[in-house]
Amino acid sequence: MTPALKNPSRSLLDIEDLGADGIIRILDLADHMAEVNRRPNPKVPALRGKTVCSVFFEDSTRTRLSFETAAKRLSADTMTFAVSQSSLNKGESLRDTIETIAAMGVDAFVVRHGSSGAPHLIDAWTQASVINAGDGWHAHPTQALLDAYTVRSALGRTGGLDGLRMAIVGDVKHSRVARSTAAAMRMLGVHVTVVAPRTLLPPDASDAFADAVTDRLDDVLADLDVLYLLRMQQERMNEALVPSLREYTTRFGLTTQRAAVLSPQTLIMHPGPMNRGVEIAVDPAELPGAVITQQVTNGIAVRMAVLFDLLGSGNTAPGAETADTNSDTSREGGSQ
Amino acid sequence: MSLLITGARVIDPNGERRVDVRVDGVIVSDVADRLDPVDADDVIDAAGLVLAPGFVDLHVHLREPGREEAETIETGSRAAALGGFTAVVAMPNTDPTQDSVEVVDFVRRQGERAGLCEVLPSGSITIGRAGERLTPFAELAGAGVKIFTDDGNGVQDPLLMRRALEYADGLGITLAQHCEVERLTAGAVMHEGACCSRLGLPGWPSIAEELMLHRDIELVRLTGVGMHFLHLSTAKSVELVRAAKADGLPITAEATPHHFSLTDERLATYDALYKVNPPLRTRDDLAAIRAGLADGTIDAIATDHAPHAPETKEQPLDQAPPGMLGLETALGVSLASLDMELVDVIAALSWKPAAIAGVADRHGRPIEPGGPANLTIFDPDQVWEVVPARLASKSRNTPYIGMPLRGRVLHTIFQGDPVVRDGAALR
Repeated sequence: MTPALKNPSRSLLDIEDLGADGIIRILDLADHMAEVNRRPNPKVPALRGKTVCSVFFEDSTRTRLSFETAAKRLSADTMTFAVSQSSLNKGESLRDTIETIAAMGVDAFVVRHGSSGAPHLIDAWTQASVINAGDGWHAHPTQALLDAYTVRSALGRTGGLDGLRMAIVGDVKHSRVARSTAAAMRMLGVHVTVVAPRTLLPPDASDAFADAVTDRLDDVLADLDVLYLLRMQQERMNEALVPSLREYTTRFGLTTQRAAVLSPQTLIMHPGPMNRGVEIAVDPAELPGAVITQQVTNGIAVRMAVLFDLLGSGNTAPGAETADTNSDTSREGGSQ
Repeated sequence: MSLLITGARVIDPNGERRVDVRVDGVIVSDVADRLDPVDADDVIDAAGLVLAPGFVDLHVHLREPGREEAETIETGSRAAALGGFTAVVAMPNTDPTQDSVEVVDFVRRQGERAGLCEVLPSGSITIGRAGERLTPFAELAGAGVKIFTDDGNGVQDPLLMRRALEYADGLGITLAQHCEVERLTAGAVMHEGACCSRLGLPGWPSIAEELMLHRDIELVRLTGVGMHFLHLSTAKSVELVRAAKADGLPITAEATPHHFSLTDERLATYDALYKVNPPLRTRDDLAAIRAGLADGTIDAIATDHAPHAPETKEQPLDQAPPGMLGLETALGVSLASLDMELVDVIAALSWKPAAIAGVADRHGRPIEPGGPANLTIFDPDQVWEVVPARLASKSRNTPYIGMPLRGRVLHTIFQGDPVVRDGAALR
């Protein structure tokens, strides 16, 4: 019953699997995809005949739409497995569900699951590629890639992100985004400071996790290239992790006073959806460095790059034929 | 029936010697340098092998009644016999709970029906293990129950635990605690530390075990009533027990083979095979458990044998139940992992747990004429690997696949009956 070994590079489970070179390869590929997305007809036949199935065991319309849009722009067929209507409610096991869908002929599963590690299990049960679209508190590698891509294109850089300084602020403990984005940024040469009270840090937030840890946001604000705000969830109030949302905003929110301290060049990022008035208490439209909308836009190009990288079986990158003559525009594209 | 065991290296509470041993009926009838095989019905050539009193496991989950798809008393007894055990204490978290004379009688009878080892039903401390009302200790003691525990859960309420100790006084029973302050482990799936931080999994902090252990040690000090502590897993727990014993408190403790052989790094594959309660801990904790066993702070090796059907373990970690098999690998893991004299390992597997379980009249006895023929014969040097498909347990959730184990049980004699011969169960 154990499936034959498959090439691990056929799946994307953790950002660490890619390494710095792999991340840069995907970001370069995403530049080509961004060029495709700017065409009047943003569609290429790169993955024609491939089937991509989204299996979302946890609601996330945004991420699912982003992946499905990416797959469609590469001409893949898409299927959606909506858990609320599924047999999991009838007692079918996760493994049976995956094997049943796989039997219909699927080239890639895009998996969102509330349990850390679920995509790793699924990966062991299927020959198809598995793309982790967020698992529990553990990992969200495509978010990390789109974050890195957004920083790179906003700053007009190529290659890595050496020498940049970034702060990730908020509920790091329960955040797959923080884990993956911090890891990706550090692999690309960014100095990452995590800003949170002890209660919102993982039990061992040592140097394996970030370059520095502090609970004093004001100490780091002035010297940042990137300020990354995490979503603060109401339910954390019930677990005695912070006394109140108001106190959270006072200590860790981006208030008008803090925004005034930031350099106008500091990029402000958020994985969405934002809690306005909590982690971000100013209108992002008034912040010159806010790239929160670009993160969403870039998500499509980056996910196209990931799908193509895993399923494209050695084809030339779509857009590459124009990229040669048009490379300047493709790089500018992401920076708006 | 007469059975002759020749050339064995006997290791028992009286020490070590090389002798022939004759078993007649259910007792050892003769021990001598050399015995004549002429009138024996069966002869076991034990040259190069160790003959010891049968092992006693203070901690097994046999799943019957209630979860017979994972294990039955018969399949669990067979696994026990193959592991060299002649007695096992069956934990009470069955369905229905072992909280009444009817259920414990059923478990004992099923054990007798299987006839592969003695199955000693424990009783729960509270009705339904709900942590609210005490079970009828005296009635259950009258039905032969010696060990009481809510294992699977710790008794959270300190008042109830104090009352349980006071009420147990004089009944000839032992209360055994699963140390876990549940408010500190809600949702936890693995040891809280660097590894869980990296994997994004909710952590089970060591302090949750140590706080309850500390509380109960103080309740023992207050009441003067003894207690046994189940499956201790942390370095600090070993220290607490060592200090309490130095104070002369009447406590005993056990550790499992997995808590001295496997670390939390195993969870990096997200395989629920490695999910167990209490969780696998760090290298330092493993070293402390081994040291505790070596100096006698920890009295017994107990397996916490916890069978689970494959489909329940093929789930994300937070959904899969905790537990792993232990009976068939206990000796092999112990000898592969522990740097102790062989006699001390056998003591921790046999006569020390026999005393805690209240069965020292018939298990863990010296091998001498008139003694009970509950015996195990093993090769202490044989290196072997687990083949899951060949396990006698109905479940397959062993974490030891592919790991070389040292020391293999070849023959087990239960009440004079060779139930395991040449590493195979005879029924």
